[in-house]
Amino acid sequence: MIEIRELYKSFGNKQVLRNVNAVINAGEIFTIIGPSGQGKSTLLRIINLLDEPTAGQILFDGVDIHRDKSRRMEFQRMMAMVFQKPVVFDTTVRDDIATGLRYRGFDRRIITKRVDEAIAVIGMEGFGERKARTLSGGEMQRVALARAMVTEPAILLLDEPTANLDPVATGAIEELIQRYNRESGTTIIMSTHDMIQGQRLAHRIGFLMDGTFSQTGTPRDVFLTPKNKDLARFIGVGNIFEGFIHATEKGIVSIDSGSTVIYAVSDLPAGKRVSGCIRRGDITLHLSHAERMSARNVLRGTITSILPVGSVSEISVDCGINLTARLTWKAVEDLDLHTGDVVWLSFKASAVHVMEDAAVSI
Amino acid sequence: MTGFLTALDPILDGIIQAFYLIATLDPEVLKITALSLFITFSATILGSIFALPVGTVIAFREFTGKKLLINLIQTFYAFPTVVIGLIVFLFIRRTGPFGFLGFLFTPWGMIIGQTLLVLPIIAGLTISALLAVDRTITDTILSLGATRLQFMISVVKEARFAIFAAIAMAFGRAVSEVGAAIIIGGNIDATSFWGSTRTLTTAITLETGKGNIGLSIALGLILLFIALAVNTLIAQVQQR
Repeated sequence: MIEIRELYKSFGNKQVLRNVNAVINAGEIFTIIGPSGQGKSTLLRIINLLDEPTAGQILFDGVDIHRDKSRRMEFQRMMAMVFQKPVVFDTTVRDDIATGLRYRGFDRRIITKRVDEAIAVIGMEGFGERKARTLSGGEMQRVALARAMVTEPAILLLDEPTANLDPVATGAIEELIQRYNRESGTTIIMSTHDMIQGQRLAHRIGFLMDGTFSQTGTPRDVFLTPKNKDLARFIGVGNIFEGFIHATEKGIVSIDSGSTVIYAVSDLPAGKRVSGCIRRGDITLHLSHAERMSARNVLRGTITSILPVGSVSEISVDCGINLTARLTWKAVEDLDLHTGDVVWLSFKASAVHVMEDAAVSI
Repeated sequence: MTGFLTALDPILDGIIQAFYLIATLDPEVLKITALSLFITFSATILGSIFALPVGTVIAFREFTGKKLLINLIQTFYAFPTVVIGLIVFLFIRRTGPFGFLGFLFTPWGMIIGQTLLVLPIIAGLTISALLAVDRTITDTILSLGATRLQFMISVVKEARFAIFAAIAMAFGRAVSEVGAAIIIGGNIDATSFWGSTRTLTTAITLETGKGNIGLSIALGLILLFIALAVNTLIAQVQQR
């Protein structure tokens, strides 16, 4: 088990990490997600003993790895890290992968055996004697993974391992990571700015924003119920609005957003400044104000834009606040929707996720 | 016009004579070339033995004044060779502190001079080569659990071609320098190989003065050929 406790890191006057806390369980894939330049790499480097924290601790089963200098090499060799930039040594693929094993003084035969296995795992049979520098970026990153994996680390650290790769190479690396975790039970801590990737691979996610974990949890927790509007915005939940709770009744609050009142499920008290978000798929679009609208929120508005996104269309409607609904292309055609049309949007009070805004109250 | 062409004749004669000397493997030319190569090779090897470890330590250690020291070393790339010659002369002449060694006007004294010349070049370029190794590479080495010594060896291995180029560059500078060689060596033409101190550069200087154009051109061509060989080697290495 790895515990990050009240970790701070500054470079000169710039504070990169501030009060980072997390517990990472043995055997899980924990992804650190966050925008670029928010300290993801720094955090991984501190865990890997490549940087010293300004304050705070990294504990492996209760032992502070930065404190106990006499066991530094032991801790270092429990881990292996793959970096964002794919790099290989100026040697053959086989020799490159063997590097960590040679540092550890393994017997030649064991090295040969493990390297052969690793080459098979990364699907690069026949590449052993190739000069590593002649490989493509994706192949180099696979070699980098193999180089880390052959040392059989207890903890594998991956710093945006696919950030510089094309989608096919990315897929190969993701598959390797998942399979390796499943088969070896190695704890993997991986950073990424790609939310979908984080969601796909992770058992648990930590959102690193402004140098601290603003939320940690399972992908489902984090994506369905982001803790604050910055997070919601980063995740791309959409339909974020701000307002304050002006009344509350039996767990349903009415949020005054200035021009519109929106009903939502929340146990926050009246007077609180809040943000809300409504997933685009939870909004239903109607051509007329029909009787059978059972949803608590029904808003009338004008279509301001119709944008194709992947295989669906996003219909933006000005209802006092701007809301976006998601329809299939076919539905847009069937309903004969055009910019300027008047439509009604409906959504349940339970479809609105309410987040308390930090500190500032009105 | 005829005057100009006639004036070309001695040059042409010199060139013809030079090719003749080289083609017939003239013993004098061979002796000068061999001594020149011996002195410069020795100096380059000696210089490498000192400068490589020193450069490696400077590159990997963090200490105050590191930048200044590197700057100073790099300034010494352009140290005037005659000044090196003068300094070595003052130290090894009979009345100098190292006069008892009897190195003045011997190949050994010249090796000392050229060693001093190549030291900063090899050390400085080695430092540059090691510092130029990609940060992700050095991080990877540390991350893989290298000890301090394993770290140094691995980084040097990554920089090996650049370090080799540094040594070749130093060789090129030493073989073509004339100032130190002439002050320390004195261009002595002795019958015994070890008694003479005529190198390619000093011989060209003095033979030209004596009007021995053919020999000068022959030695010049050989010097050019050595420079070409060294440069080709560097280019080959750097293309890897």
